[in-house]
Amino acid sequence: MTDFKFNKFYKTGNILSIILVFISVIFLTFKGLNYGVDFKGGTLIELRVIDKNYNITNVRDVFNSLNLKGVSVKKFGNETDYIIKFQTEDLNNPNFINNIKSNIEKKNGNIFEYRRVENVGPKVSKELLKSGIIAISLSLLAMLIYIWIRFEWQFSLGAILALFHDVILTLGIFSIFSLEINLSIVAAVLTIVGYSMNDTVVIYDRVRDNLKKYSDIKIYELSNISINETLSRTIITSVTTLLALFSIFFFGGAILKGFSLAMILGVIFGTYSSIYIACPLLVNLKVTQKTILKEDK
Amino acid sequence: MLYFSKLRIISILLFTITLSFFTVLNFIKLENSFLQKKINLGLDLQGGSYLLLEIDNEPVIKQKLQSKLLDIRKLSKTENLQIKNLKLDNNVIYFETTSLLRDKVEKLFEKDDSDINPYYQNFKSHELNLSIEENLFILSFSDYGLVLLKNSTLDQAIEIVRRRVDELGTNEPNIVKRGNDRILVELPGLDDPARIKNLLGKTANLTFQFVSKSSEESFGTQTLKYDEDDELEEIVSKRVILSGENLLDAKPSMNNETNETVVVFNLDRVGAKKFAKATSKGVGRQLAIVLDNKIISAPTISEAIVAGSGQISGDFTFQSATDLALLLRSGALPAPLNIIEERTVGPDLGKDSINAGIISLIIGFILVILFMIYKYRIFGLIANIALIINLILLVGILTILEATLTLPGIAGIILTVGMAVDANVLIFERIKEETLREKNKIIAFDSGYTKSRTTILDANITTLIATIILFFMGSGPIKGFSITLGIGILTTLFTVYFIARLLTSVIVLRNKEKEKII
Repeated sequence: MTDFKFNKFYKTGNILSIILVFISVIFLTFKGLNYGVDFKGGTLIELRVIDKNYNITNVRDVFNSLNLKGVSVKKFGNETDYIIKFQTEDLNNPNFINNIKSNIEKKNGNIFEYRRVENVGPKVSKELLKSGIIAISLSLLAMLIYIWIRFEWQFSLGAILALFHDVILTLGIFSIFSLEINLSIVAAVLTIVGYSMNDTVVIYDRVRDNLKKYSDIKIYELSNISINETLSRTIITSVTTLLALFSIFFFGGAILKGFSLAMILGVIFGTYSSIYIACPLLVNLKVTQKTILKEDK
Repeated sequence: MLYFSKLRIISILLFTITLSFFTVLNFIKLENSFLQKKINLGLDLQGGSYLLLEIDNEPVIKQKLQSKLLDIRKLSKTENLQIKNLKLDNNVIYFETTSLLRDKVEKLFEKDDSDINPYYQNFKSHELNLSIEENLFILSFSDYGLVLLKNSTLDQAIEIVRRRVDELGTNEPNIVKRGNDRILVELPGLDDPARIKNLLGKTANLTFQFVSKSSEESFGTQTLKYDEDDELEEIVSKRVILSGENLLDAKPSMNNETNETVVVFNLDRVGAKKFAKATSKGVGRQLAIVLDNKIISAPTISEAIVAGSGQISGDFTFQSATDLALLLRSGALPAPLNIIEERTVGPDLGKDSINAGIISLIIGFILVILFMIYKYRIFGLIANIALIINLILLVGILTILEATLTLPGIAGIILTVGMAVDANVLIFERIKEETLREKNKIIAFDSGYTKSRTTILDANITTLIATIILFFMGSGPIKGFSITLGIGILTTLFTVYFIARLLTSVIVLRNKEKEKII
């Protein structure tokens, strides 16, 4: 078994986390998130240019000449693929998209291959955002209840703090780099919630076992022993999960990039927070053998 | 924990083989239709259009209240209720009566067998809510009245939508209700939804009304345009000679004399009678053919039309004539439909997504397998066999459920591959610890399994909670993710506790004398 002194860095880890969470919250408050059409409404067109000489400037020019509002053009995966987003003019005009297509064809000829079109009305996007927020809140609440039933309150607090830490940092990075938040990111965040909890619970289970086993060791040392005892599992599981996620990130196509990136970040933060948020909190709350014996009565 | 009875082994094998069989079904063709189950591909993988339509209930509510107004007026006459100042304002009906008749009127609206204001026994509510201020009666839709109205409108609308979509002959469309005012239309394989949007966006209320030269007509008149941005307009009588309800059939055709594309229609008996009467009286007048408050054309009647059939002309292309005929055949929608969400994926992107999904699944799978063998050797192999069986079971269950596989769904499977080994890792690590203390290998393995059980359950329940919430809150492709991840957790637990443990017990029992087996 390994014997790393994780507990020596509890303070450093805490300070680092507080700084990172602070920065994330600042960005989330002032810069906000870059919502995609799912949550903001609007039109998205994914296209592939047939003429290889067309670059992003050309594509941008084509769409800027169409009198559309709020046009944004971005590369998407392949060199030849682009995502174009703009405000929907009239969703109920059935020829709205076809007019754009035929306008382009009239002016520039047959230069694009249209791969995907999404139109989300303002009502639907508001609802999707609302249900996304509800889903994430509900999952946090469900975790809180579950952990509250399974553990003592000190543990619950630690696990939930770790959870918030992971979610806030992941969203913070999405805010800092203006990465798009769409429906699949909500799915990723929910999975992160599950994973982060899972990771914390494994260490906590061990801490509780050890509290029963060694009555003379202080929680500061005991948490470190528990981390070391579960360390090889922590690493192996993170590695296999990350292997799967990196495989999606690199080979799963552009649509899953954001999703897998969010998950990769979440898994890294989740692993880190189980050690440096969840465990130090038990130390700060002065958890002793009595804490768990009281509950057992 | 390591002991398996024969019966248990046989049931595990049977379960596994049965599910594997369903997995194989996806790759072969069978004649037997009962067993012809397959995983469906989501629109994001096979390409197609997804349209979410919302019914605009406002006109229906208004119409319903307007007819209520007429009923009240009639009732006032027959029962001599002396109702005055009857008016409809902002979907609320107001009227006054005398203080003498006040109680009588109230009873007519509030009694359980009221004709004018039906009482719904199962909801314990009237159709309309009544409030009375002195002699002023105020009526508006009750919550349940509104729900029932919306539901019946939705039922009618979905029927019409289905007919219109079916007429177009698209491949296996999926048309379902969403809530009480929405309709979801999924059209696999359709990469240009413009035509279908065109057809669904029209209410298709067809009426025949005489063009009126003088604006003084006993029924009142209205001014209608030919086209939205067209200057051309006609004053027509509000009196409807004939409406789309009386149409039996409509189809596109060619007028041999004018060489124009037209829509010919046949009327039912009632319609034919009405039409004959109106046209014989109105020879020489212009009859406007009005669709959704826009005039298609207004031909002059040259002779009475008694055969019960006729034709509509109006600058049609063959396509637009076909579409109009289709709309007329399928009937009018009870209310306008608005498209509030549209997602269309082209077939190429779908194919690319499937390929990318499969490639990343294979790569992720191989990486995890190699890593496990590197870490645990023979026990890594066990975990890997469990993992392979896990995947087969997962696909088998998806097949039995005839679930829809989406791109995020594939991501869920890959994630299952990454996370599934966790349970086995927890067990193996625990066993390693136990073997340090316990010389007897069988006892060590046994307690390794026992002691890790709570942790494994905890760990999996937390993920399961997240996926269940996602399943209920998520839409479309995301739902697919929660399904594969959720079922993946269940199959993982099965393979860990039955398959992997069975294999472990075989290895341990054979090698119990060895110094180090894990």
